[in-house]
Amino acid sequence: MTTIAEQEVTPKLVAKDFASSMEVKWCPGCGDYSILKQVQTVLPDFGIPKEDLVFISGIGCGARFTYYMDAYGMHSIHGRAAAIASGVKGANPDLSVWVISGDGDALSIGGNHFIHLMRKNFDVNYLVFNNQIYGLTKGQYSPTSEKGKVSKSSPYGSVEEPFNPSELALGAKSSFVARSMDRDPKHLQMVLKRAHEHKGTSFVEIYQNCAVFNDGAFFAYSDKETKKEKALFVEQGKPLIFGNTEDKGIKLDGVTPVIVNLKDDGVSVNDLWIHDEQDKTKAHILASFFDTLYNGVEFPRPFGVFYSEDRPTYEVEMQNQIDNQIARKGKTSLDKILSGDKTWTIL
Amino acid sequence: MESTLEQKLGHDTTLIEADSIVIRFSGDSGDGMQLTGSQFTDTAAFLGNDLSTFPEYPSEIRAPMGTVAGVSGFQVHFGCKEIFTPGDEYDVVVAMNAAALKVDLPRLKKGGVIIINTAGFDKKNLGLAGFADGVNPLEDGSLDNYIVYKIDVTKHTKDCLASSGLGMKEIERSKNMFVLGVLFWMFDVTMDFTIDFINEKFAKKPEIALANINTLKAGWSYGDHTEIFNTRYKVAPAHLPKGVYRNISGNHATALGLVAAAELSGLPLFLGSYPITPATDILHELSKYKTSNVKTLQAEDEIAGICSAIGASYAGSLAVTTTSGPGMSLKAEAMGLAAILEIPLVIVNVQRGGPSTGLPTKTEQSDLMQAMFGRHGECPLPIVAAASPADCFNTVVEAARIAVEHMTPVICLTDGYIGNGSEPWRFPAAADLKPFKAVFTTENNNPGGAFLPYKRDEKLVRPWVKPGTKGLTHRIGGLEKQDGTGNVSHDPINHEIMTNLRAAKIEKIADYIPLAKPDSGDDNGKIVVLGWGSTSGAIKTAVRELIAEGYDVAHVHLRHMNPFPKNLGELLSAYEHILIPEMNCGQLVQLIRAKYLLPAVGYSKVQGLPFTTSELKNKILEIIK
Repeated sequence: MTTIAEQEVTPKLVAKDFASSMEVKWCPGCGDYSILKQVQTVLPDFGIPKEDLVFISGIGCGARFTYYMDAYGMHSIHGRAAAIASGVKGANPDLSVWVISGDGDALSIGGNHFIHLMRKNFDVNYLVFNNQIYGLTKGQYSPTSEKGKVSKSSPYGSVEEPFNPSELALGAKSSFVARSMDRDPKHLQMVLKRAHEHKGTSFVEIYQNCAVFNDGAFFAYSDKETKKEKALFVEQGKPLIFGNTEDKGIKLDGVTPVIVNLKDDGVSVNDLWIHDEQDKTKAHILASFFDTLYNGVEFPRPFGVFYSEDRPTYEVEMQNQIDNQIARKGKTSLDKILSGDKTWTIL
Repeated sequence: MESTLEQKLGHDTTLIEADSIVIRFSGDSGDGMQLTGSQFTDTAAFLGNDLSTFPEYPSEIRAPMGTVAGVSGFQVHFGCKEIFTPGDEYDVVVAMNAAALKVDLPRLKKGGVIIINTAGFDKKNLGLAGFADGVNPLEDGSLDNYIVYKIDVTKHTKDCLASSGLGMKEIERSKNMFVLGVLFWMFDVTMDFTIDFINEKFAKKPEIALANINTLKAGWSYGDHTEIFNTRYKVAPAHLPKGVYRNISGNHATALGLVAAAELSGLPLFLGSYPITPATDILHELSKYKTSNVKTLQAEDEIAGICSAIGASYAGSLAVTTTSGPGMSLKAEAMGLAAILEIPLVIVNVQRGGPSTGLPTKTEQSDLMQAMFGRHGECPLPIVAAASPADCFNTVVEAARIAVEHMTPVICLTDGYIGNGSEPWRFPAAADLKPFKAVFTTENNNPGGAFLPYKRDEKLVRPWVKPGTKGLTHRIGGLEKQDGTGNVSHDPINHEIMTNLRAAKIEKIADYIPLAKPDSGDDNGKIVVLGWGSTSGAIKTAVRELIAEGYDVAHVHLRHMNPFPKNLGELLSAYEHILIPEMNCGQLVQLIRAKYLLPAVGYSKVQGLPFTTSELKNKILEIIK
C-alpha cells in the first residue's frame, strides 16, 4: 500500500498505463474492445495503484481480458473465477478484485459460484460480458440465448428459456445489480464507476456484440433509429421516461407497470415511477422488463443501476470475527493450541 | 474411592491383570456409544495407558432403531504396553440391544465378556435385529462360551432418576452413563474425569449434569454391590516415553498441523472446504481458531472449496482444502490449474470407501492412484500419507512444507480409520518444530526487462509474488505458458519443455526428503512388508510379534508417496520377498512394480475395515514358510 505522501508525488495514471504489452487478439468488431477500453479509461479516476488491482477471469473469449490489463491477474478455469476471486478477496481485503466472465462462464458452468457469490457479498466487481452465444467454441446457444435460437448446436432452434441475468442476480440476493452495453461508452463508464464505488459484490451485465456468431443482437438498444423506443435508461430519483420524443413513461398501478403516453390528457410526469435504487421490489419489476409482456405490451429494456444496497461484506465480517475473538481472548500461542485443554504427564 | 483393591472387590471376585484389553461399545446410533467410548478412552489415557480407538458408525444419522444397520460402535484398545491398533478381537462387548450383539459377537474372543442391556432384547428388538421368531440368544445357549452379564440398564436408569424431575426422554438418554459406571467399576478406574467432563458439558443445565453423574455412580454401585460380577480387570499404566500427552484423533491432528504449519511458514492460514464425511471435522476444528488468524470459508461446493483456496494462495496465504474421495474427483480440474500456476496448496483427502458415494463412514486407501494420476494432462503432484492419528500432524506439516518450499499443490492422504480414530500424542513444543519461512519475491528478477514469473531457482521453483507488490504486476493462468516469461505460448517445443520442467520439479523434491529405512527389522533379509498410510499400526504389530517369534521380517513404511525416497528401490531389493498390504485392490504394489521392476506381492482388503494383526501375520507366514 502506498502512503499518502507517496501518492502525492506519483503522477496520476492514464488509461494506457493499464494496458499490458500483450497484443489484443479479439475478432474485428467484437464488443470486448470497447469494454476493455472503458475499464482502462475509468481506472485512473479510482486512484488505485495498479499493483492493488486483480483481475480474475474464467474461460471464454472475454476471459482473455486479464492478459490485456497491466495489473495482477489470473486467467483461470471455466466458471470458477467467482470462487477464486472470493479466496483472493477473503485473504487480502485490501485488493480491488474484478471478475471477468461471460454468459456461459457465469451462468452455465459457473452458475453455482455466481449465485453464491451474490449471496455472500464479497466486495468484488463481477462483469458479465453477455453476448447470448458461445463464441470461443464457435457458435452454440448459451443460457441467455433467446428461445428458438438457431445455432450450431440447435439447428432447429433452442427449446430452452433463457436466464435474465439481472433477475437471477437479484434473486440470488445481489447487493448491486446494473446493466450496460459495449456500444454506449459513457454509460458503461458510469456503471463501472458505480460498481467500483459499491461495497459488496457489484454485478454488472454488459451487453456485448459477438460480430461473428451473434452480430447485432443488441443493436436495437444503441442504434439511433431504435434506441429511444427500445431502451430505458434509469437514473436515481428520475422518472422512467423513454420514446423518440421522450413522450412515453412508465407508471406503477399497484405492482403492475403500465406504459403511458405523456401527451395524453390527464397524464403527468408526476404520475410516473421514480427510480429508486434502494427499493428491491421496484428493482425486481424493473429487471423483469425482459421477455414478459404486461397486458400484451413490450416494455423497453432497462439500463443503469437497478439496485444498490449497503450491507456488510463477507471479508469484513470474516475479519471482524477474528478481530473480536482476539480482542476478547488475545492471540492463542501455538503451544496452547498443541496441548489443548486436557493433558497428562508420564514421569 | 480411596479404598484398597481387596476392600473394593467386596465379594467373591477374581482380579485379572491384563497387558491390554479391547472393549467394544455397541448400540443404537442414538444410544450414546461414541460418547461412552470416548469417556472411557480419556480416562484410560489420563491413567497412563497407551491406546488406540476406532469409532464405527452408520452413514445414516439415525438409522432405523434397533436394526443391524443402525448399530454404532466404538472400539478402544488400551494397555500397559505399546498399542498400535484398535485390536483384532474384543475382550469385552457392551451390547445395548440385540442388533448390537448380532453385529459384534463374531469378533468377541471365546470366553470374552458380554454386558447386555436386557431391555434391548425384548420381542420387538429381537425381531428388528433379524432373529427368527422365538429365538433369543440370551436364552438359547448360544452364548454359553462367554461370560454374560445381563443388566436391565434401562430399568435401573429409570429407577435412579425417578425423582430427578426429568422427562422420560432425558432419562432414556442417560442410560449410557450407567453402563460406563459399570465398566469403570469393572476396570477399577476412577470416575472423576468423566464427572468433571459432565459438569463442564452441562454447566448450564445442572439438572442434566446431576442426572448423568447420579446414573454413572449408580452403575458403579451396581457393579460394587450386586454379586453378579465375578471378574474384574486391572490394566497397569504403560511404559510410554516420558513427557506430556494428550489424546488426539487424526482429523484433529490434521487441523492442528495446519495451524502449526501456518506459524512455521509465517503465513496466514486459509481453508476453503465443503462438508463431506469423514473429513468435515477438520473444517469444524479450524473454524474455531479465530485467535490464530485462521480464515475458513465453507464454500458452496467442492470446486469452490479448492478454487477459493487457490485464490487465497495467489494472494499469499497458506491455503488448504479438505475433502474425501468424491470431493477429490470434483476438485481434479482445479488441481490441474494449481499445478500449472505452480502455487502452494495443501489438499487433504480423508479417504473413504468408493467408488461414488461408496461407504462414506468406512475406511479405504483406494485413492492413491487418483492422487498420482487423477488429473487430465501430465500433472504429477507430490503426495504424502499419514500413518496414524497423531502422525496426521507431522504429515500435514510436511505437506505444507513441500507446498511452500517447492511452489506446488501437495496431496495429503489420510483416511477414515485414522481420521476418526485416536491415540495418545506426546505433542511437540512449538519451539521444537522446524520453521520453513515462506519467501515472497519483491524485486524484479530480470533487471532492465520485464519480471519473469516462471524463472526457476536451483530447485526448479518459480518466485511467489503477492498481488499488491509494486512493480511486479504480471498475469498467470491455465493456458500453457512460455518458459520464463509465463506468457501464453502454444509453441510445441515449449510445451514439452514446460511439461518436463513441471515433472522434474516434483521429482527433485526427493532431494529434500528423508531416505527410507526399516521401521522394524533389518535392512535386508527374508521379507519386507512395505506399507503406507493407516496400515502402519497393524503391520508394525504383526512384524514385531513375528520378529519376537524369531522370524526374519522387516517393515518399511512410506510417508512420501510421490516422489518416493531416493533409496527405496535399492532398499526393497535387499529382501527376498516384498509384501504390500493395502486397503485397496493393489495400488502401491503396481507403482512399486512399475517403477523398480521388483516382484512385489500385494495383499488386499476392501471391506471398509482396517487389517487385523492376525490377518497380516498369517499372510507373512504363508509367504515365508
